[in-house]
Amino acid sequence: MSFFKKLKEKISKQKDSVTAKFKEGLEKTRSSFTESLNELVSRYRKVDEEFFEELEEILITADVGVQTVMDLIDELKKEVKRRNIQEPKEVRAAISEKLVEIYQGEDGAPTDLNIEDGRLNIVLFVGVNGVGKTTTIGKLAHRLKEEGKSVLLAAGDTFRAGAIEQLEVWGDRVGVDVIKQSAGSDPAAVVYDAIQAARSRKVDVLLCDTAGRLQNKMNLMKELEKVKRVIEREIPGAPHEVLLVLDATTGQNAMSQARQFSEATNVTGIALTKLDGTAKGGIVLAIRNELNIPVKLVGLGEKMDDLEKFDAEKYVYGLFADLVDEA
Amino acid sequence: MAFEGLANRLQNTMAKIRGKGKVSEADVKEMMREVRLALLEADVNYKVVKDFIKKVSERAVGQEVMKSLTPGQQVIKVVKEELTELMGGEQSKIAVSKRPPTVILMAGLQGAGKTTTTGKLANYLRKKHNRNPLLVAADIYRPAAIKQLETLGKQLGMPVFSLGDKVSPVEIAKQALEYAKNEHHDYVLIDTAGRLHIDENLMDELKQVKEAANPDEIFLVVDAMTGQDAVNVAKSFHDELGITGVILTKLDGDTRGGAALSIRAATGAPIKFAGMGEKLDALEPFHPERMASRILGMGDVLTLIEKAQENVDQEKAKQLEEKMRTMSFTFDDFLEQLEQVRNMGPLDELISMLPGAGKMKGLKNIQVDEKQLSHVEAIIRSMTKEEKEKPEIINASRRKRIAKGSGTSVQEVNRLLKQFEEMKKMMKQMTSMTKGKRKGFKFPFM
Ligand SMILES: Nc1nc2c(ncn2[C@@H]2O[C@H](COP(=O)(O)OP(=O)(O)O)[C@@H](O)[C@H]2O)c(=O)[nH]1
Ligand SMILES: [Mg+2]
Repeated sequence: MSFFKKLKEKISKQKDSVTAKFKEGLEKTRSSFTESLNELVSRYRKVDEEFFEELEEILITADVGVQTVMDLIDELKKEVKRRNIQEPKEVRAAISEKLVEIYQGEDGAPTDLNIEDGRLNIVLFVGVNGVGKTTTIGKLAHRLKEEGKSVLLAAGDTFRAGAIEQLEVWGDRVGVDVIKQSAGSDPAAVVYDAIQAARSRKVDVLLCDTAGRLQNKMNLMKELEKVKRVIEREIPGAPHEVLLVLDATTGQNAMSQARQFSEATNVTGIALTKLDGTAKGGIVLAIRNELNIPVKLVGLGEKMDDLEKFDAEKYVYGLFADLVDEA
Repeated sequence: MAFEGLANRLQNTMAKIRGKGKVSEADVKEMMREVRLALLEADVNYKVVKDFIKKVSERAVGQEVMKSLTPGQQVIKVVKEELTELMGGEQSKIAVSKRPPTVILMAGLQGAGKTTTTGKLANYLRKKHNRNPLLVAADIYRPAAIKQLETLGKQLGMPVFSLGDKVSPVEIAKQALEYAKNEHHDYVLIDTAGRLHIDENLMDELKQVKEAANPDEIFLVVDAMTGQDAVNVAKSFHDELGITGVILTKLDGDTRGGAALSIRAATGAPIKFAGMGEKLDALEPFHPERMASRILGMGDVLTLIEKAQENVDQEKAKQLEEKMRTMSFTFDDFLEQLEQVRNMGPLDELISMLPGAGKMKGLKNIQVDEKQLSHVEAIIRSMTKEEKEKPEIINASRRKRIAKGSGTSVQEVNRLLKQFEEMKKMMKQMTSMTKGKRKGFKFPFM
């Protein structure tokens, strides 16, 4: 069975609405990416140096990163030689295969959120300024509530003007409580309070917001470490998830973000936001490859339900929908 | 820093050439390949890089590089010159309307930093130009965006015009202008909601705001960490609105900032300011040549020397060179240099300009942020005159005292002392290295 057929079969078993949503949200990303790929494939008669050069352009323009692209193309070239591929069309499948491979990783580390029934689950959100931490918390709170879980939010961004109020608006929208202190107070203290409240109210999930910070600011990263330590001390085994929120528009600096935030807080997953734009967030490939951090959530807009679980196959399906439908 | 700078990248090619003693066209081509990779790693858009390389190659294959005894240096020089030129001169002027108030419209993607930048700009106008700006809260979409601007207004002691989030941005802009006229504000800064460049409805709304407010400046606010998509974003906003300038935010991060080049190439609009921190005074005029070396992840010593010569009193410099050579450089000299260096540009960038700095253990790990710099200053200021001149007498109890006096830790004092020793050694190397080759070379650095 061809790779695309397999993919198609797998996906058709899933809820149609989810897949459709993915397809729709990724419309822009997909069309430009697939279009360029299709166009490339149809324009070339044979798989030659020029072909690969254009493929390189497509991938680099998706922010995949120079090194990863070079490696990917090297592997493709070998594959083409090994399988004696002549037709550009056949390379398409090989490309997608490789992409899914990288996304999923060898060990297939879980891309589901580590949230279990019967315990207080704590999710800590970290990231640089403006990537969408607070919004993603709002959206995830909505999603969890829909699943029947009780949720509490901690207003750990005590620094940015209006940040507490922003989270409160989300709390109102979704219908969950927000634990807060006044602006300027110690974020670790807010999170501590929130944990006590979550315990006594026996909620299922506590989502902790934090202020955006650039990863090269040592003192601010130390502050984040402290927040995490407080969580660890209060609840053994927590935080159950540390989600690094990445803006898909970000280029190669996302790698530095992933590296530094991991060092400070041991990031367990990525929430990739703003994929409803034209940016592709291809850097998550390199991050997965180098740091083995999987993408777990995807932001596709500013509304309450513009959040999806990440699924590598669906993502690639979104990128290559036309090709899959053809198969 | 995750990436290799251009200088490092060129080193291998250079070594090969050195062996041959002559530069061929193929060598130049190989060097250009390295330049290309350096630019792509810095997030400069693929197409922009392509055009750029073509242009630089022509120059490089010409006399300049091939006839040079130091082709690597020449390539770097040519690349940097072209980059700097592409980014335009320094142009941090802000329009002044003949019929006040002058209106500035802020636009950009979600999370780019518009609201903070609006606050910073207002602060800048008041401080540097003695203006009396009115802040206008026209982001009615993002939760608590109005509250955010109001809080900034409070911090600045500046009025914020708001009609809540139920009135359209167009109406808000209109009424704000009326209000500003009545209250004699000479500048009106309109903060708008972040929006995707492909969101037709919201882009339309922005056009209507533009029509209603007739702004004298339309600033596109762009995150310096933006990747390849910067071209699309900037082009769309420019096509729809006709932006008059760009403000690059979050440049205090460790991004190379290649987006700056992409945006310039896509719009031709000047980059006017750079956001350098979260505080409201962290807005600086944009420096194209600093940006050029940042994008390349390196600096060239030529610029450093030029800068140094501009900034330094020749007589003092001579004394300094002597001190560096004989290793009698003191903490007092250091402090003085620190001041001068600060006037020249970000310190980590200056360090990266030093050839071989990457190889010096200890030096490589100097983390230069402003806060740490002020710690360094505080530590030195807590030393006695004798200690500054003879740091070797600083024993454990003196270290404790200095740490206490400067509000830092003994570890920090230790670190500085160690680094100072290493710097002195390096200076000696530097001076002996450049001596003779470049007469009168002054290195007023640290
Ligand atoms: N288009 C789009 N905008 C988003 C998405 N996620 C967040 N945003 C917007 O990005 C901006 C910054 O988000 P915010 O949650 O305040 O970022 P934070 O500073 O990381 O907490 C806001 O205007 C959000 O509405 C997304 O997936 N798509
Ligand atoms: Mg936030």
